[in-house]
Amino acid sequence: MKPGTVAVVGCAESDSLGKIPDHSALQLHVESARNALADAGLGIEDIDGVAATGNFAVEVAHAMGIAPTWIDNTSVGGCSYHLHLRHAAAAITAGMATTVLISHGESGRSQNGAAGYTIEDFSPWGLYELPYGVGGLYSMFTVPVLRFMHDYGVTHEQLASVAVAQRIWAQGNPRALARDPLTVEDVVSSPFIAYPFHRAECCLVTDGGGSVIVTTAERAADLRRPPVYLLGTGEAAESPIISQMADFTSSRAFRASSALAFAQAGLTTSDIDHLMVYDAFAHLPLYALEDLGFVGRGEAAAFIEAGHTRPGGSLPMNTNGGGLSYTHTGMYGMFAMQEAIRQLRGEAAVQVPDVHTSFVQGVGGMFMAAASLIFANTQP
Amino acid sequence: MPKVTALGRPAEDAAHASVSAKPSPKPSAESAPFWAAANRGELMIQRCVTTGRFFFYPRTYSPLVTGGATEWVTVSGRATLYSYIIDFRPPPAFGPGPNVIAVVELAEGPRMMTNLVGVEPDPEQLPLDMALMVEFDQRGDQAVPVFRPVQGEAQ
Repeated sequence: MKPGTVAVVGCAESDSLGKIPDHSALQLHVESARNALADAGLGIEDIDGVAATGNFAVEVAHAMGIAPTWIDNTSVGGCSYHLHLRHAAAAITAGMATTVLISHGESGRSQNGAAGYTIEDFSPWGLYELPYGVGGLYSMFTVPVLRFMHDYGVTHEQLASVAVAQRIWAQGNPRALARDPLTVEDVVSSPFIAYPFHRAECCLVTDGGGSVIVTTAERAADLRRPPVYLLGTGEAAESPIISQMADFTSSRAFRASSALAFAQAGLTTSDIDHLMVYDAFAHLPLYALEDLGFVGRGEAAAFIEAGHTRPGGSLPMNTNGGGLSYTHTGMYGMFAMQEAIRQLRGEAAVQVPDVHTSFVQGVGGMFMAAASLIFANTQP
Repeated sequence: MPKVTALGRPAEDAAHASVSAKPSPKPSAESAPFWAAANRGELMIQRCVTTGRFFFYPRTYSPLVTGGATEWVTVSGRATLYSYIIDFRPPPAFGPGPNVIAVVELAEGPRMMTNLVGVEPDPEQLPLDMALMVEFDQRGDQAVPVFRPVQGEAQ
């Protein structure tokens, strides 16, 4: 794909987010897919490719009445949708598909029609981590951070400042689930979920859906919404289990996927106006800021604490409130992508002025996989 | 096979509710020698024949070179504390008190997840890089490696 030759032409979330007990995961998929088709001004007959995690790729297509001739059911956790977009761009460029629907729906909170995660006894996870009492992602994804904090001198207050910065964004966003004022003192004086993480440093658990539709820039020019062009993409994988991540102070997958995206786009960090980083827990933006190269090694915590990622800061980040304050259905990556597209269309709930480029960094599993996307609202 | 909900506690389903004991691993084809050694009170991991470097977890080939040959070696059991969390809402078999989930770095290089024993679940007692020694926790028919601080050897 040459930068700017593929574009997002439809983008929408489910009607509501948060606690939606009467909607199944499949309903959240198709509701957002219908909304994205309406946004694009397209019908089911226009879609020839469908991407979703696992069995949902075919289920969503069939439920919607779509007969796809290109399918991607890549399922590597919360960044899967970023990989779907990358793969769709390649397929569209190769002439294997014309217009692709990428769909997410998850009943993470209500568990309506939701499969949940299974730890197989025979898997590396089952053999080498389950025996030690790992009970949920909060007790695994969090394990690297004390080494990061130790090696770089990060304070508990600085970790808390990640949650505070994102809460400030969420306070202006009516669709964000957590909007109450939050201070560093509130966070550090609250009980631990898994030391050193307090509740506000762990993501929400919500229900919701989101879909995007992507096609050629040529076709996008004839559609009703302003195209959001894809300039660069990257994907990478590291270890299936968090204990085998090579370096607890840096994600190899973050470094690899972001380097691919920057190289493809021909851009550097100084060209980026807006950043979305998958934040299942408060430490992820620390890793991403350093691994993507926005700051130097050991500088991310002070950068966030100083307010540079808050409204009015030099690098607006997680401007919907993120997984910590906006929504987190389980595989949040779709929502990071939605916010980047809204910002580039100029229609975000808390709109950042003069956004021309946006970088989206996703993570899958627990530092297992990663994907990077660079979007722009003009063709290069 | 236990289920965990997306980001929360273990699912409150019948399968999990019946798990009142700590999990007893069922050795896989690749890992059988590791688990058999644990039942003898030995920590045995693989070494890449080509590079001489150790790796963990057990695999069919050395991941350090293409299709690399491996050999099993009983290692020292010495380790240092690389990172950890203290889980304040552990699964029933690990509670009701907080459970320390640690990743330790073996003297031979590889790292592994484990539990710490013989130490309070208190950050003041858990400085990173503290010296540890392996011991084994019996889980039904299978022993699993856990680690205990070595007094007076904190680094």
